[in-house]
Amino acid sequence: METTNTQHTTEVIPADKEKIKQIIKVAVILGIVTALEFAVAFLMPHDMHTIKVAIFIGMTIVKAGYIVGEFMHLSHEVKSLLWSIILPMVFILWLIVAMLYEGNSVLESNMGY
Amino acid sequence: MANSAASVVKNLWNGGVEPMKASYGKLMMWFFLVSDAFTFSGLLVAYGMVRSAHTAYSGAPKDFVFSSEYWPIPEKVFEAVPFLHGISLPLVFVGIMTFILILSSVTMVLAVEAGHRRDKKSVEKWMLWTIVGGLTFLGCQAWEWTHFIVGTEEGTIIGRAFIDGEWVEGFKMIGANLTYNQYGPPDFAAFFFFITGFHGFHVFSGVVFNFLVYYRTVTGMYERRGHYEMVEKVGLYWHFVDLVWVFVFTFFYLV
Repeated sequence: METTNTQHTTEVIPADKEKIKQIIKVAVILGIVTALEFAVAFLMPHDMHTIKVAIFIGMTIVKAGYIVGEFMHLSHEVKSLLWSIILPMVFILWLIVAMLYEGNSVLESNMGY
Repeated sequence: MANSAASVVKNLWNGGVEPMKASYGKLMMWFFLVSDAFTFSGLLVAYGMVRSAHTAYSGAPKDFVFSSEYWPIPEKVFEAVPFLHGISLPLVFVGIMTFILILSSVTMVLAVEAGHRRDKKSVEKWMLWTIVGGLTFLGCQAWEWTHFIVGTEEGTIIGRAFIDGEWVEGFKMIGANLTYNQYGPPDFAAFFFFITGFHGFHVFSGVVFNFLVYYRTVTGMYERRGHYEMVEKVGLYWHFVDLVWVFVFTFFYLV
């Protein structure tokens, strides 16, 4: 990077075919996973709700991984940066568990249990 | 020539070292995005909590009718597509919106990649496509909001309601506002407006940033500066907006 700047040329570096290929590959994966989500939503029976939700969450995490890791380039950054972004998300996991538990308690007390 | 000395030291922070091998701007953008991720999580987790505090619809999906007694099945609410009035196409329009946003994320990566190569023409092209994608998404969202607010002809009897200064029994609600809606409990519409609205506002500000970067690319500002890092920074923001939509799509529309 620095060498091109100090040379101070306005020459355009030709596109790296491999890099473009990788971008297209990730885009296709994101498209396929979204299409699969639709398939699960409408082809799996409604009474398998818990399994469907689990599949949706899994697919969402796969998509999030590709967007953050490849598009936002995080998996190619140094490990300390990667972990300082990922680790704080632990607090969200706690919040989800705590609030869903709380919501069910509210429902039960409203129903008069 | 004047900025060649500046280009050599541009990657170093004032202390002469580079924490986490990232430039100041990129690192700060990452930390902002972490805080923004917490904000959106707060909204989505609140949605989860309030939804689990309401009774769920227990019958078969084909017998589903709107009622303020239970939380609606999202696919029964969002089933309209422009120009196809009266045809039930559950989640098709939201799916199209998702693909539009993913595509605009792809064109953004291509703009960042072109920026690394200092390929001004390609940066301009891909930034413009990204802006087009963002504006299309906003247009779709405007339509979806309009449809949600205007509602369907049938409406729903929501019971006792406070309308124009007096209590009305057996009120028939058509569409939605912040107090009542025809789809389910009042909280359902409130969360729809707040979550998709907050995300839409992010898309809007992203489009503004993207346009600014496009404009500065066209005027040659980054060419003179010697690098296109600004494309990378708004790129991070734009991908984050796409990432949030992936979560909103799953937890608001699919689950």
